[in-house]
Amino acid sequence: MANSTATKSKPADTAQPEAPLTTMSVVAPALGWLIPGAGHLIQKRWGRGLLLMFSIFTMFFLGLAMQGRVYKPNGGDILDMLGFVGNIGAGGLYIVTRALDWGHGAISHATADYGTKFLIVAGLLNFIAVADAYHIAIGKKP
Amino acid sequence: MTITLSHFTSAILFSVFASVVFGITQRNSPREMVRYGLYCFAMFAGGVILAGWVMWLIRR
Repeated sequence: MANSTATKSKPADTAQPEAPLTTMSVVAPALGWLIPGAGHLIQKRWGRGLLLMFSIFTMFFLGLAMQGRVYKPNGGDILDMLGFVGNIGAGGLYIVTRALDWGHGAISHATADYGTKFLIVAGLLNFIAVADAYHIAIGKKP
Repeated sequence: MTITLSHFTSAILFSVFASVVFGITQRNSPREMVRYGLYCFAMFAGGVILAGWVMWLIRR
């Protein structure tokens, strides 16, 4: 009996090891947010980075060309705030667009509403790309 | 510069770019990325066409 208690194994340690905080794990997501795709390019994932950059940039500029609306931080309405959260994902693209005072939206065009959605989704897709750049930086993804 | 796209063209362009990002970010190997990207595109485009037919039937 004593032997059986002695050989009882401890419960398996299920805690995941913490990801190491490296310079790349901070720089890659930050750069990826500022310039879509750059988080992958800085880690020498050239193909993925260029494809992400092309997709997000094109989607954002198509949204602007379709006269989509760029949301402001203090929209007042809850849906405007959600739109802003989507827009801000585009990082540098959003900053430049606001600085140049583009993206007022055109109510007269039906396609302007599609443009607004393109702008929001471009930002949301960049959030996913930023998370992917972080996973590459910590070694979770090849 | 202003462009005016049809609803279908907009949906297809949306599908292409979203599928590229989904494929790259949600899978690990290049082969799986391509397969998943194509799968997402098929789902997006198929969903648009299906929804179009459903709306046509509802209108009848």
